[in-house]
Amino acid sequence: MSLLRAWSRDLAMGARFACAGGREGWIRTLLTGVGVGLGVALLLITTALPSALAARTDRGDARSTVGSPTAEHPGPDTLLVARSNQTYRGKDIEGTLVQAEGPKAPVPPGLSRIPGPGELAVSPALKKLLQSPDGALLRERLDGRITETVGDAGLTGPSELLFYAGQSGLDANLNRVERITAFAYERQTERLSPLLLLLVVLTFVTLLLPVAVFVAAAVRFGGERRDRRLAALRLVGADSRMVRRIAAGEALAGSAAGLVLGAGFFLLGRELVGGFDIQQRSVFPADLDPAPWLAALVAVAVPAAAVAVTLFALRGVVIEPLGVVRTTRPSRRRLWWRLLVPLAGLGLLTPLTGRGDDGGEFNRYQVSAGVVLLLVGITVLLPWLLERLVGRLRGGPVSWQLAVRRLQVNIAGAARLVNGIAVAVAGAIALQMMFAGVEGEYTVRTGEDPTRATVSIILGSNVQGDPEQLARQVAGYPGITDAIPLRSVSAAHEPVAEQGLVDVTVGTCAALREVAQLDSCKDGDAFWATGGSTLGGSYGGRAEPGDKLYAGNVRGYEQDVKPVEFTVPATLRTVPSRPDPVGVQRSGLLLTPSVAPGDTGGYGAQQIFVMTDGPAQEGLERARTAAFKASPLSVASTLHTTRQSRSYSTIRTGLFFGATGVLILIGTSLLVSQVEQLRERRKLLSSLVAFGTRRSTLSLSVLWQTALPIGVGMALAALFGIGLGAVLMRMAVQEVRIAWAEVAMMTGAGAGVVALVTLLSLPPLLRLMRPDGLRTE
Amino acid sequence: MSIGHTLLGLLEAGPRHGYDLKRAFDEKFGHDRPLAYGQVYSTMSRLLRNGLVEVDGIESGGGPERKRYAITTAGVTDVESWLAQPEKPEPYLQSTLYTKVVIALLTGRSAADLLDTQRAEHLRLMRILTTRKRKGDLADQLVCDHALFHLEADLRWLELAAARLDQLAKEVRR
Amino acid sequence: MTPAGSLLTAVGLTKTYGPTKALDGAEFSIHPGEVVAVMGPSGSGKSTLLHCLAGIVTPDSGVITYAGRELTSMSDAERSALRRSEFGFVFQFGQLVPELTCVENVALPLRLAGTRRKAAERTALSWMERLQVEDVADKRPGEVSGGQGQRVAVARSLVTSPRVLFADEPTGALDSLNGELVMQLLTEAARATNAAVVLVTHETRVAAWSDREIVVRDGRSRDMERAI
Repeated sequence: MSLLRAWSRDLAMGARFACAGGREGWIRTLLTGVGVGLGVALLLITTALPSALAARTDRGDARSTVGSPTAEHPGPDTLLVARSNQTYRGKDIEGTLVQAEGPKAPVPPGLSRIPGPGELAVSPALKKLLQSPDGALLRERLDGRITETVGDAGLTGPSELLFYAGQSGLDANLNRVERITAFAYERQTERLSPLLLLLVVLTFVTLLLPVAVFVAAAVRFGGERRDRRLAALRLVGADSRMVRRIAAGEALAGSAAGLVLGAGFFLLGRELVGGFDIQQRSVFPADLDPAPWLAALVAVAVPAAAVAVTLFALRGVVIEPLGVVRTTRPSRRRLWWRLLVPLAGLGLLTPLTGRGDDGGEFNRYQVSAGVVLLLVGITVLLPWLLERLVGRLRGGPVSWQLAVRRLQVNIAGAARLVNGIAVAVAGAIALQMMFAGVEGEYTVRTGEDPTRATVSIILGSNVQGDPEQLARQVAGYPGITDAIPLRSVSAAHEPVAEQGLVDVTVGTCAALREVAQLDSCKDGDAFWATGGSTLGGSYGGRAEPGDKLYAGNVRGYEQDVKPVEFTVPATLRTVPSRPDPVGVQRSGLLLTPSVAPGDTGGYGAQQIFVMTDGPAQEGLERARTAAFKASPLSVASTLHTTRQSRSYSTIRTGLFFGATGVLILIGTSLLVSQVEQLRERRKLLSSLVAFGTRRSTLSLSVLWQTALPIGVGMALAALFGIGLGAVLMRMAVQEVRIAWAEVAMMTGAGAGVVALVTLLSLPPLLRLMRPDGLRTE
Repeated sequence: MSIGHTLLGLLEAGPRHGYDLKRAFDEKFGHDRPLAYGQVYSTMSRLLRNGLVEVDGIESGGGPERKRYAITTAGVTDVESWLAQPEKPEPYLQSTLYTKVVIALLTGRSAADLLDTQRAEHLRLMRILTTRKRKGDLADQLVCDHALFHLEADLRWLELAAARLDQLAKEVRR
Repeated sequence: MTPAGSLLTAVGLTKTYGPTKALDGAEFSIHPGEVVAVMGPSGSGKSTLLHCLAGIVTPDSGVITYAGRELTSMSDAERSALRRSEFGFVFQFGQLVPELTCVENVALPLRLAGTRRKAAERTALSWMERLQVEDVADKRPGEVSGGQGQRVAVARSLVTSPRVLFADEPTGALDSLNGELVMQLLTEAARATNAAVVLVTHETRVAAWSDREIVVRDGRSRDMERAI
């Protein structure tokens, strides 16, 4: 009882000191609060991220038609849908064509009714884009009457671009048109592969650990001043246990302020997140909702950690009535137990080597613990390493000497300053190595060749008008050098055939040169292309000169469309095929227009390769618009050499978000402690200036003082990052390859933070160097 | 200590009877040794003779006749030069210095000036003592230190007294 | 107005800090090898006078001349260079860099002026011997007594053989004996090198080590020698 009372009394007194204590006092509490608050906000965001992503996925699934129940025949509850995704100025727009077949047709989520023919329902972001001058070209494409705005329930994020276009000409027989009776999608959770799981674990650990280190540093802002105040309390009769409790109370007040500020920052950040749009992904503020138990955990853990850190920091300190005495000389830092920590981490990770192979399983706790121990190893080894290195330094110019001596006196403080950044950089290096290694695995080479064509348009099978006419129109747009139409259709020796089908590609000589190596070509020529890898010969069909073939509806899908008869010209020559710009290597018949079969009634595919010379934004947009007008089922895709797995780029986006936050956070903490340290030395700085010290000397010494520990920290971080990366890659059965560019980039980022912090601490330094500091207050 | 100058200083505030003068003197300076009336009488006649005071009027009531004295211009000058002249620094100056400070304050003169002048005079002696100490043996050092501490103590007391009286004077004037 | 042969003179100095007038027409002059005490009650502006004379603070108006050069029209860099090479400083508190050893502290002004470390520390050590603190050379300021620390500070102020030494309450934090010792060593060393000493103090016993004193009161100075 009395103990409890003593605790509550002393904690309360400490809290009072934190809030009162004049301007200095509350500024210090505010700094601590801001520091802890930033950490808390980041923690809350991180804990809210999984649920936010889940909410996104849920809504995405809810409107998906991929696994929707379908119907054979039109009914009162059927809806025809087709995807019509668009690209506009590099942005992806998700589009769905809808056509209700009955009064009870399912309404997409976020809409009150199905848009009628010519009507358009758009997301708020798309509506804004369409109404802005930037969206003028897009408005030509999506020229329907906007009758409704898609509600949040139908969107994954606030800045998502999405539309539903009401149609009248859809037909369930058309390619890519589905007849569904409901939206929603039976989720089949895609299990993360062990490798991706490893990456996720690593990302979270790498982000959260520096935050923890940072919060620990933040509660110690103003430590020296606090020590003096505690000494004064001893003088008036507080015993040593009381002052420890009072110190704990101060830390508690600071962290409580931090929790409040953190909640504020979080709410503010949440609102800001709504306006953010990274790689076209955005998050609804309402989705960013940490699980209550996680939030509660943060609310309890942060103050508890603050008190623990404070008591731990006071462990080697005796607070005497006349001042603070460090017990004896702090003993030389020992290496052995410091080495044990990373070695234990390594010990946990090594047995997992090679488990990342297909179907392998990682114990995720073992992985996390191993990674945490390895990274924490940096924070325990760094003080030792700094002591060894800095302790030996002698000589050098005055600025160097001032910095080195200052560091020698306070190794722990310097290490504390750098720990967070070193852990973040080490983790980021390991991650970068993993990504670099995994990139090959999760990045697909598409085979597309953007140098040959910029955009490939596959026209919808219900295309209106003549594709050749369309191609000529597109070729006339600004910046477009050429637009080459190609028609592909199946042919057979019988009007209805199951086997022996022959691929027929129809185009001008210029067009055919894109798919085969032709020595000479004139209209009327016909070729037999060989060597195709994907299509063509796959049906095993063969055509000889003079053969009579049927093209189009040769599989007998529809009774009312008859195949078109044509004759293979006698001049048929055999040529080797080559991959077309999208990477497809065709074989089969290649026909110039005059010997080609006539209209095949919607069977076969019309493709147009659009070539540009340099960027041709406007021309390409108009080409896409023309394709959409010709048929909303057209697909116009921009050619890329590689395409990344979606999960991979999501994790990388997460890492990017997190790394930015952590760097900003640590930069802030560095700056705050730097400025605070300068304030405490105000009188000394003034007297140094009095006897003629150049401002540049003092500024340089501030730079050294940060740069030296950061340099050591970065070296250690690089070492551990590479080591951790190597271990993890071996676990994932990846070839260990050190991504030096990434290592340089990450350590460079750390160095950049130092430079920035030094730069930002110069104005207060210059102000503190003014002679006012000599005046006795 | 100069009773003549003190009485002159008291008169500078305004003409007074001999008896009033004695009472004012006793009140301010004569705590342990009240001034004998005869001493006032003889001092005043000396001052009259030297032209530093004049008789402002005579009151003859029932008892003995009472002269009212007033200070002359020559008298004011005399007080002025007395105050400006620092005392020779020696131990146990306090009564003289105190009297001077009180008179200076009573007559609206600056106690600070008086103090600065006196300090300069003290410092002159202290410098001599410091030099002797620096060059002398241990015995010299000890003796000089003793004197130095006493001189400093006097000065510090004087500074404190002046500051206190100055405060008092301000309060009185308010 | 300027007495012939003066090393450092100031005329009509005024300096205002916010609402307070720290200096209001102060004057000053000092000869080479002279020790001048600046006395006055606290808040009278004596420290401000010292800061102005040393070129740490620029007065709002008035002229300061050092060795024929006008200090008040120099740039900050020029004044800093002057402070490094020609002036020395001793303050009451907070002047030794706590992380450097005492000998490094003493050598600091020489190193700032560009002397090599070894040579600077050798000179520093000889000055420390002169001030009888050579035995604490390798200790840090936190590990030595107040008197020793102050003598280290005096050694530092003299190490560049300055022509003017500015001392602001150099014995303010010391007991009598240590104060005596500091003053004795300081004035002896200054006399030996013919350095002028501007000594700000409120203690008469400290001022007694001077050759002459001026009193600052309400921002105005009063030269007691010429007043009498």
